[in-house]
Amino acid sequence: MKFGIIVFPGSNCDLDAYHLVKDVLKKEASYIWWEETDLSGYDALILPGGFSYGDYLRAGAIARFTPVMGAVIQFARQGGLVLGICNGFQVLTEAGLLPGALYRNAHLQFRCGWTYVRVENHTLPFTGAARPDQVLKIPVAHGDGNYYVGPEVLRRLKKNRQIVLRYVDAAGRESAAANPNGSLDHIAAVCNESGNVLGMMPHPERAGEALLGSEDGLVIFRSLLQYFDQRGGGSGD
Amino acid sequence: MLWKARIEITLKKEVLDPQGAAVENALKALHYNNVKQVRIGKYMELYLEAEEREAGAKQVEEMCRRLLANPVIEDFSYTLTEAER
Repeated sequence: MKFGIIVFPGSNCDLDAYHLVKDVLKKEASYIWWEETDLSGYDALILPGGFSYGDYLRAGAIARFTPVMGAVIQFARQGGLVLGICNGFQVLTEAGLLPGALYRNAHLQFRCGWTYVRVENHTLPFTGAARPDQVLKIPVAHGDGNYYVGPEVLRRLKKNRQIVLRYVDAAGRESAAANPNGSLDHIAAVCNESGNVLGMMPHPERAGEALLGSEDGLVIFRSLLQYFDQRGGGSGD
Repeated sequence: MLWKARIEITLKKEVLDPQGAAVENALKALHYNNVKQVRIGKYMELYLEAEEREAGAKQVEEMCRRLLANPVIEDFSYTLTEAER
């Protein structure tokens, strides 16, 4: 399984994602510069965290119009697996690949630390290795992670089970204190309708080794590997 | 003709504005107790060439929809005036 990691000017978790895929999962990984338009040969794309284009205008707003994003949109429309982490999530919402928007944290502070998230849908390519309602310890680091979506779309997200992770406490309970940014309905991750595009604010690539304090982020990546193996492998289709 | 567009982008009414709330509290701390609400948005000026106002306005509208505002959380408005060279 080959992962492509999209790099925008200002991305800064591209190395973390590369390290996780290459050194922890022992899978193939390549960086893809924002000017690229050929994504053939990749089985999954990661849009990493960071501050693409300095978060100018809005987080993700400028990155969304780069040449590579046109190719990412095509890749996603053809059913390709796309994982957006933090700034990558923001880019995917700006690009219209995911519903909703991420804006300023309700308490106005940059929040950097451990969070717990509960798996709300364990039937996706990104969560197939998780137990139902499993609680994962994964860190966040963001100033604009406050998820908002209008009431009509929220109803649709619930109906289609597109809310994939919710912020909870260590015991798996939702509360204002466990929500690091004021996100509507404690939403930490959403997927598109067909389930092949996921955006999440927490950083699973920073929770892949016990040395770093948690291995729970591997659940997301192992799910992808498992999904890929079960589908019979083969790249680029 | 050169036009000056003044663009205002505001958070939709139903979207909480944490910055506005913080500034509102700060104003109250200065004893402006009659302040009822503060909402913070963005103001942009851009200059563009267009033969007619209508054509320029149409373009600015499109720019707002495509890039300058995020329709999920923001509203926008703009005015166009003839700009001095």
